[in-house]
Amino acid sequence: MKAKVLLFVVFVVAMAFVATACAPSAPAFTCTDKVGCVNIAPNDPIHVAYSMVLSGADATLGQDTKYGAEIAIDDKGGKVLGHAVKFDGQDDLCSAEGGQTAATKIAADKTVLAVIGTNCSSGAVPAAPIYTSAGIVIISPSNTAVVLTDPAKRQPFYFRTAHSDKFQGATAAKFVFAQLKLKNAAAIHDGSPYAQGLAQVFKETYEKLGGKMTAFEAISPDDKDMKPVLTRIAATKPEFLYYPIFIGAGASIAAQIRDVPGMEKVPMMGADGIFSPDFLKAGGKNTISMFHSSPDLSVMTGGYADFKAKYEKKYNTKVLAPFHAHAYDGMNIVIAAIEKVAVKDPDGTLHIGRQALRDAVAATKDFKGLTGNLTCDANGDCADPHIAIYQITQDNFSKLEMPSKPIWSEGGPDYKP
Amino acid sequence: MLRRLSERINATDVVMFLIGGSILALVLVGSVATLTSGKYSAAQWFDLIVFGVALGGIYALIALGYTMVYGILRMINFAHSEVFMSGPFTAYFLADAWGRSGFLDENPVVCLLAIFVLAMAISLIVAVLLERIAYRPLRFAPRLVPLITAIGASFFLQYFFRGLYGPNIKPYPEIAALKPYLRFGDFRIQYVQILVIVAAALMMAGLQLIVQRTRVGKAMRAVAEDKQTAALMGIDVDSIIVLTFVIGGALAGAAGVLYALMFRQVSFIMGFIPGIKAFTAAVLGGIGNIPGAMVGGLFLGVIESLGPSLFLDGLGIPAPQQLKDAIAFTLLVLVLIFRPSGILGEKLAEKKA
Repeated sequence: MKAKVLLFVVFVVAMAFVATACAPSAPAFTCTDKVGCVNIAPNDPIHVAYSMVLSGADATLGQDTKYGAEIAIDDKGGKVLGHAVKFDGQDDLCSAEGGQTAATKIAADKTVLAVIGTNCSSGAVPAAPIYTSAGIVIISPSNTAVVLTDPAKRQPFYFRTAHSDKFQGATAAKFVFAQLKLKNAAAIHDGSPYAQGLAQVFKETYEKLGGKMTAFEAISPDDKDMKPVLTRIAATKPEFLYYPIFIGAGASIAAQIRDVPGMEKVPMMGADGIFSPDFLKAGGKNTISMFHSSPDLSVMTGGYADFKAKYEKKYNTKVLAPFHAHAYDGMNIVIAAIEKVAVKDPDGTLHIGRQALRDAVAATKDFKGLTGNLTCDANGDCADPHIAIYQITQDNFSKLEMPSKPIWSEGGPDYKP
Repeated sequence: MLRRLSERINATDVVMFLIGGSILALVLVGSVATLTSGKYSAAQWFDLIVFGVALGGIYALIALGYTMVYGILRMINFAHSEVFMSGPFTAYFLADAWGRSGFLDENPVVCLLAIFVLAMAISLIVAVLLERIAYRPLRFAPRLVPLITAIGASFFLQYFFRGLYGPNIKPYPEIAALKPYLRFGDFRIQYVQILVIVAAALMMAGLQLIVQRTRVGKAMRAVAEDKQTAALMGIDVDSIIVLTFVIGGALAGAAGVLYALMFRQVSFIMGFIPGIKAFTAAVLGGIGNIPGAMVGGLFLGVIESLGPSLFLDGLGIPAPQQLKDAIAFTLLVLVLIFRPSGILGEKLAEKKA
């Protein structure tokens, strides 16, 4: 009797063994990733977050990039590897505090694989280390501050598809010095990493070329009263004013500059941060004939016209700012990297290693995007930078549209007024 | 003799006076250096002062709202900056429509009046609703409770108006009639600045007249001094408090339109910075004191406009304009060191102690 029971037990155990061995299952996924893995159950979405400025003076900058990224998802049919893509996030207000708060909130959500953002370099400075320690890849469509990809300070999970201001500031300075042939310029920045860095590059290049900076002033981003600072600058008699700041303060300068004695005729130039119809609206008539440096939309590759049509149809607006294509490319780089590293179980479950995802993004090479051929370098710069100079015409102003054709770009024919 | 002196002066006072004294010395050295360098012409100094007075007038009008509510309820109405925003932000739509159709340039006086009336009415309604919904139920709660409520109400109003009118900044139309300058010799003032200064002065004079010369004003002063006793004397305390919010709200709405006319931008967060500045002005002048708010506002406006060029330029500090807020708040600290109750705060402090 006892032996029978024993035999039965042995038999059951043996059968169980055979059953497991013969089952058609692959060995269960084990995570070997240095940072950790994200497991996505069959019906769960792939989660990509955004940290963008969606309110306040610079809201168009954020809306524009959000739309660009959303179109990238639409172009994939809303699905990657059979999973829907969830794209939600935080309004980071274009500030350092906002960027930090958004990063902390997003990093607390363990389902987030990657982040598209931030818009403003000031937000990226505190946010990049938070994402890096959480193992979340962040690709910025519009940060241009030089410091963010400085090899000494670089955060390994930070990337950008926007150009570094090393290019933009230098292009602006060359245009003023060599094309407009003006030798005395003044600059205003707002103390943010973006504006200060850009103004600094402008100053260095301009002085190297032989120009003279008559004033290098700073304001705070919330200032409305620009007449005191403009009066100070007028006392130094500049022939040109460069202010690579944001829409709120930038529009105030445009609106008030012609009322300040000595500044009635001085030509002005802004940068990509104010290259938006909102700037024309807020700045008023004085923005006519103003110069801007911004990504060269005219060299955007094949798909851009198509993309623009989708954008205008879906959101029922002209393009709002210059970085939608960079956001589109950023989102596509993320999607391509996910497709490359994800391990798929037969039931559809996805396993994605965070370090592996980061490495896949870092290995991006000759990626055919709207903004050109993107290759990520060791510092996280993935852009294919093309900067051009634009000028607002009367027609642009009355239609509230930014110009789509540049008047000058480096290497191109000389500017003729 | 020496011993008595050392007993009377303690170490803190000495340190405070040293700090204050050295700042004053720096200011003097900087100002003399700037003035002797001759970098700015007299006309430019005059311009800077005019900007300061105009901005100061606006600060003063907002500060009156803070100070009147503080005088009567002993609370800081932090949602006042949103009262300031609500009026001009709503009136923007009227101004913009008229600006587009050209009606604004044809009838500037009528239009301006209508814009003012609309903005003041909206601000006034917001202020009264705020009092009725957010503050009155808490009148007998501990002092911190209404303060926190005020901050909450401030956020609520900001995001309410954001939802209502959108998150972007909106440009106020430029009124052609206000663009020219009044010139005398080298000096000049733009009409819009004259309007701002004159309107602010008129409203402040009107308020002073109401408070000092009318029965209602007398009742307000009585309530500010002692609510219980005032009630026993037959004053309807509730309606006096509502009246305070009405006046404060209307002044804030008017200040908002003046602000929008000068800087030609409105948005749902436009109240935040001027609100903080006006609160500073109210403390500077002596909170709870009406002439104090006026003096504080003007003082702050002029210092902000003039300070960076006058004090810091001569000291060779690069890009001093961004330090204007630092100057304003250093000034606040200095005033609070030497006159803890504010510039004109003494009389009130004795009464309320």
